[in-house]
Amino acid sequence: MSAWVEITATGPLCTVQDAAGRPGRADLGIGVSGAADRAALRRANRLVGNDEAAAGLEVTFGGLRFRVTTTTVVALTGAPAPMTVGARPGDPHRPVVVPAGTEVALGTPPSGLRSYVAVRGGIAVDPVLGSRATDTVAGLGPPVLAVGTELPVGPPPSSPVPAVDVAPEAGLVGELVLGVVPGPRHDWFTDAALATFLRAAWTVTEDANRVGFRLEGPELARTAERDGAELPSEGVIRGSVQVPPSGRPTVFLADHPVTGGYPVIGVVLDADTDRAGQLRPGATVRFRRASVSETSRP
Amino acid sequence: MTRSLRPCGDTGLLVELDTLAEVLGLHAALAADPPEGVVDLVPAARTVLLRVRSAADLPGVAQEVRDRRATSPGTREAGGEVTEIAVTYDGEDLDEVAAHTGLDHDEILEAHAGRVWTVAFAGFTPGFGYLAPEDGDPRLHVPRRASSRTRVPAGAVGLAGEFSGVYPRESPGGWQLIGRTDHVLWDLERDPPAVLVPGARVRFRPT
Repeated sequence: MSAWVEITATGPLCTVQDAAGRPGRADLGIGVSGAADRAALRRANRLVGNDEAAAGLEVTFGGLRFRVTTTTVVALTGAPAPMTVGARPGDPHRPVVVPAGTEVALGTPPSGLRSYVAVRGGIAVDPVLGSRATDTVAGLGPPVLAVGTELPVGPPPSSPVPAVDVAPEAGLVGELVLGVVPGPRHDWFTDAALATFLRAAWTVTEDANRVGFRLEGPELARTAERDGAELPSEGVIRGSVQVPPSGRPTVFLADHPVTGGYPVIGVVLDADTDRAGQLRPGATVRFRRASVSETSRP
Repeated sequence: MTRSLRPCGDTGLLVELDTLAEVLGLHAALAADPPEGVVDLVPAARTVLLRVRSAADLPGVAQEVRDRRATSPGTREAGGEVTEIAVTYDGEDLDEVAAHTGLDHDEILEAHAGRVWTVAFAGFTPGFGYLAPEDGDPRLHVPRRASSRTRVPAGAVGLAGEFSGVYPRESPGGWQLIGRTDHVLWDLERDPPAVLVPGARVRFRPT
C-alpha cells in the first residue's frame, strides 16, 4: 500500500523542495530553485535514511500540520520549530517515529526561519524538469501546499534509519556573518561604499521571501561616473547582493531571477547562502570579505 | 575583443564582452564544449555567466576561458531551421513605436516580419527569449515603456532596446507591444519546454 502525507494546516508558506533544484537550465530562463537551506534538508534526509537528494517539506515560520497514512519516520531540521507527534513532543535533529493517522504539528520556531521535514522514502511527487522543487516565481514543480494537499511518499530506502540520538546543528540565534566575495560590479560603487557594505550591521526587512531579502542600513553610493547609469541585464547566482538605485541591497536566495539589471556589489559564498536562507525579518546580518583563493582568482 | 573576467562569488565567473555577437560566439563555443565543472551558462546582452559545481572548479574554468580567447573567432554559426510564428500586428504600442522609429505601421510590420531573428539569450521568465535580428537591422530599436504593465497577456509580441520578444505566459512587462500570436512557446510536456532557446531562429509571419 502506498503511503501519503496529508496536509491539515500550513503556516505562512509550505512547499516541497529538494536540495539540488534544476541546475543546467539557466540559459532557458529557468533558475535553480530548491531548498533555501540545502544543508538542513540534506541533514533531515540523512536522519531518516534517505538519499540526500530526496524531496522534503520546507516550512516557513512554522505552522505545518500533517498526517501520514502509514507508520513512518520523520526528521525536523533547520529552524527549530517545536514539534508534537499526537500528544507527545517530538525532538528536532533526530529520527522520530510517527504512527499511521497521528497528526504531526509544528509551532513557531524561536529562531531561524525555515524548518525542513524529511519523511522516510521522500516526497514522491512527479518531478518537473528533473526536480520536485517548487519554484515560486517560475511556477514550476508542485503547487504551494494547502490544507487537503495529499503528497505521495516513496518506498522506504534500502539504507536503515541511522542509529543517532541527536544530530545538533549550529544555532540560528544572534548576529549572522556571511562571507562575501566583492564583485562582479563592486567597481560601480565608491571605495567608501564598499567599506561600509563590509562594516555595517544590516537589518533584514519584511520584504523577504524565497527570491531574496532586502536589507535596511546605510545607503551605498555609486561612483560619480556610474551615477544614473544603466547596467545591461546580466546573469546572477544565488547569494548575489544586488544594489538598486535606492542604494539598499537585496540578497538573492533560491528562487532568484536568472538575470538582474542592477549592479551586484558582492556574492555570498555558496555554503553561506544556506544560513542566509534562515534570516528572518528583523534579524541582523554582517558581511565579511572572503576571497576566491589566489590560484582560483580569474 | 575585450574579454574581462569578473569574480562572481566562489561558484561563478562573469565574462564581459563588447558586443552581443561576441556573447553569442562565446556562448555557442562554451555550450558546444563546456569546460569541466560548468553547470550553467547564462548569456546576456554583454556578458556570459558561468556557474560551476564547486569553488575547486573555478581556476581551471577561468584558465580555459582565457585560452579560448586566442582560438575562438567569437561568432556563432549561422543556419539551422527557422520556426515560423504567425503574428497579428495590432499591438497597443504601435503608435508609440511609430513615434520612436519614424516608421508607419506597415513599415514596422515589414521591418519585424521581413527578416530572421535569432534568440540571443533567455531570461526574465522561463521561455522568454531575447531575439536579435540576424542582419543587425537597427530600425526597431525602441526604449522600454516608461511604466510597466502589470499584466501582459501570453503571446504578446514586443520590442525593447535592440531586442524583440514574445511573452510565453501572462506576466507583468514593460516592452512596447506590437502584436500577438497563438503560437505556444512554453509547454512543460516538451523538453526543453521553451521554443525560444538560445540560438533558435524565428521568422514572424503576418496573419
